[in-house]
Amino acid sequence: MTAGQPRTDLRVALFATCFNDTMWPETPKAVVRLLERLGCRVEFPAEQTCCGQMMTNTGYAGEAVPLVRHFVDVFEGYDAVVAPSGSCVGSVRDQHPMIARLAGDPGLASEVEGVRPKVYELSEFLVDVLGVTDVGAWFPHRVTYHPTCHSLRMLRVGDRPLQLLRAVEGIDLVELPGAEECCGFGGTFAMKNSDVSVAMGTDKAAHVEETGAEVLVAGDNSCLAHIGGILGRQRTGIRTMHLAEILASTKEQPTW
Amino acid sequence: MVTPPVQQTSPTFVGMPAFPEAAQRELANTQQRQNLHRATHTIRAKRAAVVGEVADWEAIRVAGAAAKDEALHHLGDYLEQLEQSLTARGATVHWARDAAEANRIVVDVARAKGVDEVVKVKSMATQEIELNEALEAAGIHAWETDLAELIVQLFGDLPSHILVPAIHRNRTEIRDVFLREMGNVGRPAPADLTDEPARLAEAARLHLREKFLRARVAVSGANFAIADTGTLVVVESEGNGRMCLTLPETLISVVGIEKVLPTWDDLGPMLQLLPRSSTGERMNPYTTMWTGVHEGDGPQEVHVVLLDNGRSHVLADSVGRQALRCIRCSACLNVCPVYERTGGHAYGSVYPGPIGAVLNPQLRGTTSEVDASLPYASSLCGACFDACPVRINIPELLVELRGTVAEQGGHRAESAAMKAAAWVLSDPRRLAVAQRGATTAGKLIGKRTITRVPGLGAWTDARNVPTPPKETFRQWWARERDTSGGEAGPRGRADGIPKPGDGTDAGGEA
Repeated sequence: MTAGQPRTDLRVALFATCFNDTMWPETPKAVVRLLERLGCRVEFPAEQTCCGQMMTNTGYAGEAVPLVRHFVDVFEGYDAVVAPSGSCVGSVRDQHPMIARLAGDPGLASEVEGVRPKVYELSEFLVDVLGVTDVGAWFPHRVTYHPTCHSLRMLRVGDRPLQLLRAVEGIDLVELPGAEECCGFGGTFAMKNSDVSVAMGTDKAAHVEETGAEVLVAGDNSCLAHIGGILGRQRTGIRTMHLAEILASTKEQPTW
Repeated sequence: MVTPPVQQTSPTFVGMPAFPEAAQRELANTQQRQNLHRATHTIRAKRAAVVGEVADWEAIRVAGAAAKDEALHHLGDYLEQLEQSLTARGATVHWARDAAEANRIVVDVARAKGVDEVVKVKSMATQEIELNEALEAAGIHAWETDLAELIVQLFGDLPSHILVPAIHRNRTEIRDVFLREMGNVGRPAPADLTDEPARLAEAARLHLREKFLRARVAVSGANFAIADTGTLVVVESEGNGRMCLTLPETLISVVGIEKVLPTWDDLGPMLQLLPRSSTGERMNPYTTMWTGVHEGDGPQEVHVVLLDNGRSHVLADSVGRQALRCIRCSACLNVCPVYERTGGHAYGSVYPGPIGAVLNPQLRGTTSEVDASLPYASSLCGACFDACPVRINIPELLVELRGTVAEQGGHRAESAAMKAAAWVLSDPRRLAVAQRGATTAGKLIGKRTITRVPGLGAWTDARNVPTPPKETFRQWWARERDTSGGEAGPRGRADGIPKPGDGTDAGGEA
């Protein structure tokens, strides 16, 4: 499946996510470049901040209420909101209704219901909305893919990222053993239970090494920061990249 | 409404350390790590295969959850119906508010029979109330007859798994304990015992047989208690349970009040869900059902102790009560990446793993160190929810319980940090100011690898830290794109993508 009609009719907003915006700007830049290459008009509403997942998952859902309110205010005018993070989209889809309920605000709850279905993780937007799997990317490296837990079990993105990767020209895509097992990041889990987190991450890193891949790819930079932190500490020489950066890569503008 | 009381932590687990501390100790046990890895991966694969072959598995899950919910939403009514059905069939029903009451009832019945020993069917409820210890204090030996429970008992160990309590032991360790301990409590193991499974099973069989034939009182739990018929059900693999449930004259069953099912028909989905989820079998070898007393057949005195012990407290929480659907299958333990590495002892309860992490803090409250730590003993990966045959949304419950722990205070620094983060993140201007810290660091650090950050040892002890970028995305957007947004042409203006070696790569030093 190659790109169909350019969807210039859609008002597409990029939800960069606070973590990517601050720490991994190359990822949202890659999303912009990729979506524009596919004919989308992409806007970055500069008022955007954060989905509130960190507060919710740490037990401070009350603190997330203003963030949810802000999120719907920023994004409600768009046809589609695209984010390069399974975890943050999972938070919007699974947790925002709960937080609106917690706030006891029926108005907010209905606004959440209005915005929620229009928020897509990158691979969902490409495959389901744009109807494309061959995005015209070129990436001549040995790559293995880790499906992050929230994209796999909250969003059920299934093999969409793999469909996209398989169509990349020049790629040597190898299967990751134990791919569906959690890497051990888990947000504040990585700090509160650092020993278990590292034990899980070390096993994940060992599986990545087994594949002989040069690059580990995933749809969440948070998980990649954890696995990549271990791969780096162990001097494996394996780099981590977000799915968007591989899909944005072309012969003219390679991302690596 | 008065909130029902929580369960008192049983003596064995009082003063248990918080999960991270206990986990650190368990992670260092290399033999246990290997045993657990092998065992959980084997059973995971078996479960996946037999669940995968059921086309309407999801519908059966929904039916199972619905049956349990119906029972829980009208629990008082169904329990009274169960009592009536049981009494009409000649059983004696006892009500126990807590562990002490339940233990007293069982000890009194055993004493009245004048016995100094009972044989036991594997039962989580009796583990929970530490019945064996109470019987022992009354001069009555409690012989565990489930193979794995026998192993745990011979070791003087604690169970570490709901279904396979000796999962942390391998067969060489089991041979050694059989040779060392069996002779002290009954028929010794053959001196030439090897660690072959068949030889180990034979030794256990011979050891237990004399106890089955001698015992006059048996103690069991029940997997299900059917309200409309008064039938109790025990599902097992070995047949040892069947021996206990049929041979002795007196049978005492300790049954958690959440085990009730409204009707006989509700067993249908349950008997499909349980074996496939727990042992990875299409059907378990032995299912024993008994309905009161049958003259001349089986136990002639049947007692049922209905146990609350904190369950009403769980029931009072509209979100938390779904945990009472649990049928103790252990599927969540077997798929849990945390449990796989720490084993069960770190959870400070006979209920370990994901279900333990949500059940214990609800049954016992969140005041102890270990109970306050359990809601965080998960990466929220969601594998448990996917595997649960009665659709308990464990990640949702964990998040809710984290809220309970946060509310009771104690995490003052964290609470302040979350408030500050929320204040920063609720306004893009404040966020932009905060981001300057990261980009300033990024400019100073350049391409060097960050291996240590003061105060971040929990991260940096084993992981490098991603190097912050010199410019955030929003700064790049403001610089490169018209800030009115959306005016960019439809084709390639995202020329900020770095070429190799231009120094803006935030990908770290892999």
